[in-house]
Amino acid sequence: MFLWQFLLLSAILFCIGVYGVLARRNGVLVLMSIELILNAVNINFVAMGAFNGTAAGEVFALFVIAVAAAEVGIGLAIVLLIYRNRRSIDLHEVDLMKG
Amino acid sequence: MASIFAVESGGNVYQSSGWLLENVWLIPLIPAISFALILFFGKKMPKGGSELGIVMIGASFLLAVLTAGQWIGQVNYADNHGTEQAHCFDFGDKHHGDDHGEDDGHAEDDDDGDDHSAAGLLLYPGETASAFFVEDGGDGNSSSPCPVISNTTWWSNGGQNFKVGTFVDGLTVTLLVVVTLVSLLVNIYSTDYVAGDRRYTHYFAFLSLFTASMLFFVVSENILQMIVGWELVGVCSFALIGHWWEEQPNSDAALKAFLTNRVGDMGLLIGMIILFFAAGETFSVFEINALANSGQISQNLLLIASLCLLAAVMSKSGQFILHTWLPDAMAGPTPVSALIHAATMVVAGIYMIARLYGVFFNGLSIGGSSINALALLGAVTCLAGAMLAFVQNDIKKVLAYSTISQLGYMALALGVGAWTAAVFHLMTHAFFKACLFLGAGSVAHSVHSFDMKESMGGMRKYMPHTYRTFLIGSLALMGLPPLAGFWSKDEILAGTGGWGLFGGTGGNGAYTFALIMGTLAAMMTAAYMTRVLYLTFFGEFRGAHHLHHDDHHEEEHADHGDGHGHDDHGHDAVPHESGPRIVVPLYILAFLALTTGFLNFPGGFQLVPKGWQLRFEHYVEPRSATEYFPKIAHATPSWTLAIVVTALVLCGAAASYLYYFKRVDAQGGTELVNGLTERNALAGWGHHALVNKYFLDHIYDSGPAQPASVATPAAGLWATAAGLGLGFTLGNGLDISMPWPIIWGGVAAVTIFLLVQSALLTGIGIASFVKKPMAYFINWFNKSVLDGVIDNTGKGAVAVADVVYHKIDQGVVDGAVNLAGAASSGAGGELRRMQTGKVQQYAALLFGGAAILAGILMFVI
Repeated sequence: MFLWQFLLLSAILFCIGVYGVLARRNGVLVLMSIELILNAVNINFVAMGAFNGTAAGEVFALFVIAVAAAEVGIGLAIVLLIYRNRRSIDLHEVDLMKG
Repeated sequence: MASIFAVESGGNVYQSSGWLLENVWLIPLIPAISFALILFFGKKMPKGGSELGIVMIGASFLLAVLTAGQWIGQVNYADNHGTEQAHCFDFGDKHHGDDHGEDDGHAEDDDDGDDHSAAGLLLYPGETASAFFVEDGGDGNSSSPCPVISNTTWWSNGGQNFKVGTFVDGLTVTLLVVVTLVSLLVNIYSTDYVAGDRRYTHYFAFLSLFTASMLFFVVSENILQMIVGWELVGVCSFALIGHWWEEQPNSDAALKAFLTNRVGDMGLLIGMIILFFAAGETFSVFEINALANSGQISQNLLLIASLCLLAAVMSKSGQFILHTWLPDAMAGPTPVSALIHAATMVVAGIYMIARLYGVFFNGLSIGGSSINALALLGAVTCLAGAMLAFVQNDIKKVLAYSTISQLGYMALALGVGAWTAAVFHLMTHAFFKACLFLGAGSVAHSVHSFDMKESMGGMRKYMPHTYRTFLIGSLALMGLPPLAGFWSKDEILAGTGGWGLFGGTGGNGAYTFALIMGTLAAMMTAAYMTRVLYLTFFGEFRGAHHLHHDDHHEEEHADHGDGHGHDDHGHDAVPHESGPRIVVPLYILAFLALTTGFLNFPGGFQLVPKGWQLRFEHYVEPRSATEYFPKIAHATPSWTLAIVVTALVLCGAAASYLYYFKRVDAQGGTELVNGLTERNALAGWGHHALVNKYFLDHIYDSGPAQPASVATPAAGLWATAAGLGLGFTLGNGLDISMPWPIIWGGVAAVTIFLLVQSALLTGIGIASFVKKPMAYFINWFNKSVLDGVIDNTGKGAVAVADVVYHKIDQGVVDGAVNLAGAASSGAGGELRRMQTGKVQQYAALLFGGAAILAGILMFVI
């Protein structure tokens, strides 16, 4: 079987996504990195599902895609509002919750 | 409530209209609710709650009348339909008692596998053993309805079910009607009599509770319930006798009534406990009576139980020598006296004997005997009470002693086996005595005093309505035909059966002494009531000065209110008739005093059709085949006896009439000066003894010391009475062989002589021997033990509190609180640095945490 290739791909995608989330200062790019993470998960779902011969993995992947769409909609709306208020989407400047 | 008293008539044959007979608990419940409502809402009502009491007790009365109607229907139904059943209830022979040799053929076929109680009467909670009918074996009547018993479990403990329920038969419905009727009239009367009283609402609340208690007692299905009702009645009488407790004599009288009753209550408790165990651990009135009648309880046990219960009857029903509280109870408002004497209190003892008649009849061997404790007690009481009534100046006290005397009559009747006569007399007496009390109250309401010699006289002119009704009540009490008292008294005297001399036969034994003493008491009753009539209603009005004086506060009830009495009466010199709320009840009661005697014409009375004879007996007396009632014999009435007794009564009245209406009236006085009592030493001493109420109060309680000339004869009198009483009871009643009654009687006489003489000479009564040491001990105990304990407890508490404040509160508790505050403050200071506000740092922490978790999952687990 070649499951491990998919897992490896998904792991690489996941790591790239994590890096993007942690390192990028641009809000939009952070959102995109989150998409990478989610899709890495999706690949895992589909691969595992195919490996086990069930459709459950694909169903879950579809769920994740739907949720991701909603999430990115809200996320972009927030980024847009931040930009309108501050003329910037640099996440390092958004630290009003600093204790 | 309905669910608690859920009853079902399981397959029993009874008439369709028996609903009230099974649900008679409504009748006591209504006044009980009335009590609560008046207590809580009475003050806010326009008439202070009295209207509520009248309406509720009126409703109760209506229900009682309907119940009586249904009972009459039952009896008629039983007359028309033959026998359905041999016995009222399945009567098992599982009684564990070891001393019943004979089996009288009861219920051999009772083997439905049930053995939950030793005596196997099968009455379960919620089950109604209702009326089916039994064949009458004895006197040829067709059949008799069984009592309607409904009960439910009150509580269970140790495998014993304590029941509460109702027991309805002719006796019950009679009492229900009498109690509710008298109570209703007293309530109406009271709205005028105690108008303006400061505890008006409280008064009516307790009238309701008093009625409810008595009704609860009357419907009792078991003796435990009877004890509860008995004590409730006692408490209510305490509250009402002491209604005007601000004055010392009134609260003393209330206490005396209560405490005297406690003496008898000891007997009640002991007697009831004996019955409970003797009947195989059951409280049921029916079972106890049935077992007593069938001989399954030994006669000795029954004798001891009935003697104990007699002590209770002596205190509650004012029998000699525990009657002393009854005259003092006159301190209460007059309507309350009427209620106590006619319906709710003193008849409780008589009712208990009638209810547990199987116990008394068999225990005291009433049938076929010529003397027993109950008959002797009653005979002595009716004579002693009648004698005391002669020397009273207070009109209410005359009536109180008259009640004692009449209660003695009832006890006598029960003692000689004339059960129906006793219950009949209870009813007629209730009506005419209530009439007399309310009449006396009406007079007193007008003249503000109860003293016949000081403030009454000639009231006939001023109060014609009161006079007429009082006259009717008096004639009924004297027992003149055709008033109510005549029929019941005649029945009692005929029932004594001890009279070869008048040619009659029958009765349960030859109680000659009861006949003689009862006749004497009837003569005296006529004489003292004539005296009361003269002093109150004839002659000249002696109270005119009284109305103008200001010093009549002590005895005047209106002063207890807002003083309206002064406005009403203070300025006119003549008293005037009372208002309609007083007069109407008087007329109703007078009518009843006239007519209730017709309910029970003697059997074979030629002047009325046969269908009118013995109606009361027919409907009220359980016929002998119902197991709970003993087989009593009925005396044959006699014209001779009736005529002779009536002639003697007229002689008594005539003697008194000649003395007062002729000789005294001619002198314009209230008694003759230089009369017999001053001329004859013996008569003088007798008068002295009567005025001092046979020195009973001196013997019981401390008082002024008496000279030897008084003490020695009094002690002799008491010693003779005690010796003869004990000797006769032992020798004649208990059939103890000859020397012993004399020896024991002698011992009793000597003991009583020494006791009474020392009590009178020193002025220290029997109670003082207990009272004073007890008071000293209690005072010492209070001062040194209780107060010491309380003092030291207080001091200890202060010391402990000091330590607790400084060490525990300030140190530990406050320290802990401060520490918690400081700790959270410091922790917050440290932790705030983690809160950078940078989203990506949080994300880093998140992923780091996830990575650590993953590591743990992979390598550790």
